[in-house]
Amino acid sequence: MSGLPAPRLRLEELTKRFGTHHAVEAVTLDLEPGEFFCLLGPSGCGKSTLLRMIAGFERPTAGRILLGEADLTALPPHRRPVNMMFQSYALFPHMSVAGNIGYGLKGLGRAAAANRVADLLRLVRLDGFGDRRPDTLSGGQRQRVALARALAREPQLLLLDEPLGALDRGLREETQGELRAVQRRLGTAFIVVTHDPEEAMMLADRIGVMEGGRLIQVGPPAELYRRPASRFVAGLLGDVNLIPGRLGAGGPGGAREVETAYGAVRGVAAGTLETGAAVVVAVRPEDLVLGTEGLPVVIADSVFLGDRLRRTLRLPDGTTLRASGRPTEAGQALGSASHAGFAAEAAVILPA
Amino acid sequence: MTWVTRTALAAGLVFLYAPIVVLIVYSFNASPLVTVWGGFSTRWYGALMSDAPLIAAAWVSLKVAILASLLATILGTLAALVLERQGRFRGRALFTGLVVGPIVMPEVMIGLSLLLMFIGIGLDRGLLTIVIAHTTFCTGFVAVVVGARLRGLDRSLEEAAADLGATPARVLMTVTLPLLAPALTAGALLAFTLSLDDLVIASFVSGPGSTTLPMRLYSQVRLGVNPEINAASTLLVGLVSAAVLLASWLTTRRGQA
Repeated sequence: MSGLPAPRLRLEELTKRFGTHHAVEAVTLDLEPGEFFCLLGPSGCGKSTLLRMIAGFERPTAGRILLGEADLTALPPHRRPVNMMFQSYALFPHMSVAGNIGYGLKGLGRAAAANRVADLLRLVRLDGFGDRRPDTLSGGQRQRVALARALAREPQLLLLDEPLGALDRGLREETQGELRAVQRRLGTAFIVVTHDPEEAMMLADRIGVMEGGRLIQVGPPAELYRRPASRFVAGLLGDVNLIPGRLGAGGPGGAREVETAYGAVRGVAAGTLETGAAVVVAVRPEDLVLGTEGLPVVIADSVFLGDRLRRTLRLPDGTTLRASGRPTEAGQALGSASHAGFAAEAAVILPA
Repeated sequence: MTWVTRTALAAGLVFLYAPIVVLIVYSFNASPLVTVWGGFSTRWYGALMSDAPLIAAAWVSLKVAILASLLATILGTLAALVLERQGRFRGRALFTGLVVGPIVMPEVMIGLSLLLMFIGIGLDRGLLTIVIAHTTFCTGFVAVVVGARLRGLDRSLEEAAADLGATPARVLMTVTLPLLAPALTAGALLAFTLSLDDLVIASFVSGPGSTTLPMRLYSQVRLGVNPEINAASTLLVGLVSAAVLLASWLTTRRGQA
């Protein structure tokens, strides 16, 4: 397997229904070889079902799964060149660490398998743990055994179901870095399922956001953050101010005007929107700047957070906006009037 | 515990176990009269060893129990695997009922129906027919015990094995069955004790030369109770209790299998 260029994964209109429930609905996706891809969405959005279809544990209701030229759709799990790391790790409790990692190396011969297990133990920094039982390991160590076991067969694609979900916060951040390092070193394509947007942004080359069984937006983390295609994506990837209004005429550079209850603002429209349509203008807190131009606001609150200053701004009708800026900015007194402005390129106009 | 609950507990335990305690105590009675205490003695255990028909019956019982529990464990485990791992299939509820049915069916009915069947197909009654009969009613118990354990078994362990290239047969042999081992042993021990205890069904389907221990004891009691029967019963109680204790210990320590 190794040495050859890894094939590309392609999902075509992949659909899974459980009775009348549409768990996954017509998902089409191309994965680049060696890509680190994150499926992000709230629980029940179908991301795990999608992963289980690629692994072979769920049979798609419709659609196809292609890996290079090979059609995997009808293959049972044990005949797919794809491996999975389970959320619960699913380590075999009656086998040693080495037994777990070497489980998939049956066809390799005893000596070669032992060498491979030793290499993998080194890769996940568990040298000398081969004889231990899984229940004598810490959570982080178990996670690494699960990773080593899933990598043992040199899969062309590795699927990871909430790989860091069972770890506590400090360990998570450390492990995120390790996961990225291992992925870069091996060049294996990874698909990680997670409900944690921060984790997805930290790990992934590209993120696919799922909602209600559909893949609603795919792109690099920065693109999803800067150019969300919907309110759902905008809110999922971080704090955002949503200002309602009506879409005005087009302007230079694709920026368009939106008439809000507090005055006109400019932003970039996501997709094609009709003039006069009800929209929201999405602005990240760090893009809101206090000055002499923009929406009239009153500074309602100001919190010093070390690396930034978080302000709560009140619009004339009582609606609040959140702004975050560098603490060196001239501090204005609470209750004082100001204006909140933003660059047109920093604001996205989304369907309401 | 208040004195009320203590008394209630004591009364309940006395009600349940006093007869067995009396039986055990009188097995050490020196007097040949069952109801008169004549001092401590182990003579009846000695007499037991020279009672050839009784020893022969014990051997029959042991052979039947070993064979029947083995067969019931295999069949019961297969039934549990089908019920817990094949997803939903047509007739699943019916199949469940058919597997566990013999647990609640009256023994007289099982015995009679098997007898009629053996006569119908011309099978001579003997050790084999008792083994078949005991397998029939023990399979349901094994299926229940193994099924409970299987339900508690993390499905992703078997999926992980398949994901790592194991064929369904290898998954069964290297993951599912080893993890079920405590339940398999517990089920087998349960079947063993059920078979060892059975009087009613065996009475229907046994033939000449295949008298089981409970049948032998029962026929002797009809001629009059002597302390030798107490001694034999005490040994039987001891064996069955040991097996049941082992079985329950195996089923409760599931976490560290």
